[in-house]
Amino acid sequence: MTNIRAKSVAKTGATKSGATKSGATKPGATKSGATKPGATKAGATKPGATKTSATKTGATKTSATKTSATKPGATKTSAAKSATKSGATKSGISIVLRGGQAWSGRLKRGQILRLTDTSGRACVSALFYNAIEPLERYNMADTLKAQYTAFLTTGRVLYSDMGRVLVSIIADTCGWHDTTSGCGNATTSRTNFGDGRYQDLRNNWFKNARDNFIVELSKIGLGRRDIVANVNFFVKVAVDDAGRMSWVDRSGAASHVDLRAEMDTWVVLSNTPHHLDPSSTYAPPEVGLTVREAKSPERPEKDDRCRLSRPENGRGFELTEMFVKEMSAT
Amino acid sequence: MNTPGIATTSFVLMASQLNPDDAVYNEVVSAGQGWAHELKAGQIFRIVDLEGNQAVDTLFFNARDLDERYSAGDTVSAQGNIYLTTGTVLMSSEGRALLTIVADTCGRHDTLGGACSAESNQVRYALEKKFMHNCRDTFLLTLSRLGRGMTKRDLPSNINFFMNVPVTPEGGLSFADGVSAAGRYVEMRADCDVLALISNCPQLNNPCNAYNPTPVRVLVWNAPA
Repeated sequence: MTNIRAKSVAKTGATKSGATKSGATKPGATKSGATKPGATKAGATKPGATKTSATKTGATKTSATKTSATKPGATKTSAAKSATKSGATKSGISIVLRGGQAWSGRLKRGQILRLTDTSGRACVSALFYNAIEPLERYNMADTLKAQYTAFLTTGRVLYSDMGRVLVSIIADTCGWHDTTSGCGNATTSRTNFGDGRYQDLRNNWFKNARDNFIVELSKIGLGRRDIVANVNFFVKVAVDDAGRMSWVDRSGAASHVDLRAEMDTWVVLSNTPHHLDPSSTYAPPEVGLTVREAKSPERPEKDDRCRLSRPENGRGFELTEMFVKEMSAT
Repeated sequence: MNTPGIATTSFVLMASQLNPDDAVYNEVVSAGQGWAHELKAGQIFRIVDLEGNQAVDTLFFNARDLDERYSAGDTVSAQGNIYLTTGTVLMSSEGRALLTIVADTCGRHDTLGGACSAESNQVRYALEKKFMHNCRDTFLLTLSRLGRGMTKRDLPSNINFFMNVPVTPEGGLSFADGVSAAGRYVEMRADCDVLALISNCPQLNNPCNAYNPTPVRVLVWNAPA
């Protein structure tokens, strides 16, 4: 039934415009991709090279950047090193998600979550909920409809099913994040990789996004009913005119994405292979995760890029701010 | 069928041999109304677009385990195509078959566009649109009346039968004019006992119902002996 995993199509450069745009405006870019030629398999030949130069221009010296810059020989573990060496940030979160690992936590309004994929082949599946009333949750269809898009990148926002903006994408060097293909589960994992039991592999056993979601959600009293169409960060699944889907290989290009919380948001993440990734080896790479406070230029002011990208988003922010005001008044 | 910009190769038309006179269930669902019905494994379920270009927002649940429900992501990934038509297996959140589309004279149905709601209408059109009738209100009322404890938590991404939401290779998405017409239908076989839930879409702000929401007919046949 599933045949598109076999059809790994060449990267066509469709992501480059988003990457270039984001590079021009984003202040927090790291140079990880540019400084680590050894980190990718085919850095010289892939069209993602434009991406790295765009990234470089906007780079500032965050501690994470410095760490990776001093380790030119770093391989896929550089996400780990940058995140751990930078230590606790002011807001207290700087961790590494091991391959297979789940994470959940609360973002307060204004905080910025950065996911960093230095391997260029990660998939971070994600769900988002109103942190106070999790009956309100990410809505794929409302997100796509309001912004006339089938994918996510800089300038776009993630809508809840209540017409409000949970998080905005304020920076993105990847250029394309999937939200239409759903998440992997135990069955797709077994089909793609075979059995990977704890009994044999201990903590390297094969994890999948759906089971990770269930575990994290269950900890806060949620469960299967609360799993909706999710986001797959760092994943591109292209669609042709006939609707056929194809996996787009990123050829190891490193990237990161910054999500700014527009209301208090519960985030659930799973660092597990995407079910359409044609690789038959279970080897999810490490992914860096940091949370920092928004600096004033990054707050959603009247000239905010995400707010202005669509008239719909202007109304979405207005509804969100009305809600935040109501909540803070009570 | 020759709508500009739409590859007609994506349309697979398949007529059914079933006779409406033999149906064990045959009802009309007006625009703006909800409908819920339990289908037994093997039964055939047909939705008829009576007057043409009417979006029929639809969800399915495993009737024996309501937490297992239709999953858009599992469905499109399993077949490697974002549009639904004859041969599409409607997959559950547990990666199992709920129903299989066995006939389709429209040729293409959406599962990315979701259902309209009071709040999404505010975002998409104007804050003043909140009063307008919408699919989610219908879903919530219909679920509530089932008396099975189902709520907004039980509304994942749905199917929009007869609705046209083309996606371009560049990643654009729009609500386009319909590709259905009066009398076209889609038919599916229940692969397990299934609770079917419909909101016959009342949307007036976009062309998903050709700005004129109209009734649809639902029919059920028993499994062939």
